[in-house]
Amino acid sequence: MDVKIRIENLRLFYGMSEILKGITIDVYTSMITGFMGPAGSGKSSLISIINRMIDFEEGIRIEGNVHMDGSNILDGTIDQISLRRRVGTVFAVPIPLPRSVYENIAYGPRLQGIRERSRLNTIVEESLKKAFLWDEVKDRLHTSALKLSGGQQQRLCLARTLATKPEVILLDEPCSGLDPISTAKIEEALSELKKEFTIILVSNNTKQIARITDFAAFFYMGQLIEYGSTEKLFTNPSEKKTEDYIQGKFG
Amino acid sequence: MRINPRITDKLARIVLNTQAFFTVGILVIIILIIILKGAPHINLEFILSAPEDMGRHGGIFFTIIGTVFLVFLSILLATPLGVGTAIFLTEYTKESRFTKIIRFGVESLAGIPSILYGLFGFIFFVIKLRMGWSLLAGVLTMAIMILPTIIRTSEEAIKAVPRNLRIVSYSLSATKWETVTRVVLPSAAPGILTGIMLSIGRAVGETAAIIFTMGSSLRLPMSLMDSGRTMAVHFYILAREGISMEKAYATALILVLSILFINIIAYYIMNRVIAKYS
Repeated sequence: MDVKIRIENLRLFYGMSEILKGITIDVYTSMITGFMGPAGSGKSSLISIINRMIDFEEGIRIEGNVHMDGSNILDGTIDQISLRRRVGTVFAVPIPLPRSVYENIAYGPRLQGIRERSRLNTIVEESLKKAFLWDEVKDRLHTSALKLSGGQQQRLCLARTLATKPEVILLDEPCSGLDPISTAKIEEALSELKKEFTIILVSNNTKQIARITDFAAFFYMGQLIEYGSTEKLFTNPSEKKTEDYIQGKFG
Repeated sequence: MRINPRITDKLARIVLNTQAFFTVGILVIIILIIILKGAPHINLEFILSAPEDMGRHGGIFFTIIGTVFLVFLSILLATPLGVGTAIFLTEYTKESRFTKIIRFGVESLAGIPSILYGLFGFIFFVIKLRMGWSLLAGVLTMAIMILPTIIRTSEEAIKAVPRNLRIVSYSLSATKWETVTRVVLPSAAPGILTGIMLSIGRAVGETAAIIFTMGSSLRLPMSLMDSGRTMAVHFYILAREGISMEKAYATALILVLSILFINIIAYYIMNRVIAKYS
C-alpha cells in the first residue's frame, strides 16, 4: 500500500483554542479512509487543512507537516490553485452553482482551460456517469441545477469534483442531509470511485463508515484515538473510547 | 380596551390600499397630463428634425442625440469604475477603517445636490481644465454624479451573493479573479443592472449639473468638445423662458417614453442573465 498523504504531528490553533492536538496519520492510495468522531472532534478541520480551504478562515495557526506524494502542502510557497486541482472537495450541504447541470460540471474543466465542446461533452458525461447521476439528468443537462432534488444535487457536486480530475477526494459529511436512497447511491458511487481516486470520507454515521471504508480513524476532542483497518476497528477496537463510540454510547 | 383584531386587520387593509392607490394615482396623473398635453404635438418629424427658432418650431432631434451621447458615455465611464470599486470593497479588502472611510465618502457623495456637482464640473472641467461647455465636461460630471449610486447598488448586490458559492468555486481550483468574474458578478448582475438603470434615470432627467457643464447650445454635438443640449435641459428652457409649452410637453413625453424604452431593454437583458445563471 502506498501512502498518499502523510500527516505528522499536526496541530491547529483557532485563536487561543487548540482544535487539533498533534495528529499523525497516513492515508493510503486508492482506499476509502473514514474519519469519524463526534461534533468538535476536529475531523472536518483536518480535511480543510488538506485542501487548504482553511486559509479562508481568520485567526488560524498550523503546526506540523502534511505531505502529499512527498511534498509538503503546508509550505507557504505551495500553489493553492494547483493543490485544489489535485484535491477535490464535496461539502456537507450540496452547493450547486446557479447555472445549468452541464455548466456546473464544466466549471472546473473550463478553469483548466478546456474549451472544445466535444471534450467538455465527454467530461460531463463521464463525470455524471461516475457519480451515478447520468441516467437521471441526461435529458435535462441544460436546465438549472437548482431544480434537481437534494440527493441529485449532492451527486452533481460529486460529479463536478470528479470533472476536475483530482487525485484525492475529500467528502465532508456528504450524506448528512440526504435520505437513505440518495445516501445509498452516493455510497455505491464511492465504492466504484476508489479504484481511481484516494478518498477521505468524513462522517459521524458509524454505520456508513463501517459499510464503505477500508480504513477508519476515530477522532475525539482534537485527538486521533485510534486508526486502523475498518474491519479491525469495528470488530476488535483497541481503545475503550472507540468501542463506546461505535456502539453509540456517546456521539 | 383592546380593539377587535379583525377590525384592526380590516382597517389596516383599507389604509394600505388607499396609500397604494394614492401613490400610483399621483404617477398616473402626472403621466396623463404629459400625454394629454404632449401627444398632439408629437410626430415623426418632431423626433427627427432639427429645432428652429430656439425650439419654437421644428423638432428635437439634436437634443435626443445630446441626451443619448451624454447618458451612454457617462454610464460607460461610471459603470466599470463603480463596479470595480464595489468589487474592491467587498472582495479584495477586509473590513477596516479604510473601507469605512471610503463607504462613508460614497454615502455622502450620494446625498450631495446635483447643482454642487454642476458647480464643481464648471470650475474644474470647464474652467480649470479648459474644456469649455462641452459634451466631455458634461459626461465627466455626470459620471462622478452617478458613481455613488452604482457603487452602492453593486456593493449590496455583490454582498448578497452567498459565501458558499465562492467557497465552491475556490474548491474547484478557481482563483479569486475567476471566482469574481464567473460566479460573483453573474449572480450580482441583476442588482448591478438595477443601479445602472437608476443612474440612467438620473442622467436623463438631470438639468442643473448639465447646464453648468455641457451648456445648452441647441445644436448637434459633433465631437466631445462640442456643447449640446439634452431633452431635459431643452424642456426646462422651453418652459422656463416661455418659448413654447406645446413643444415643452412634447419633449417631456418623448423623455418619459425613452426612459420606459430603456427600462424595457434593461429588463430584457436582466431576464436573459437570470435565465442563464439560475
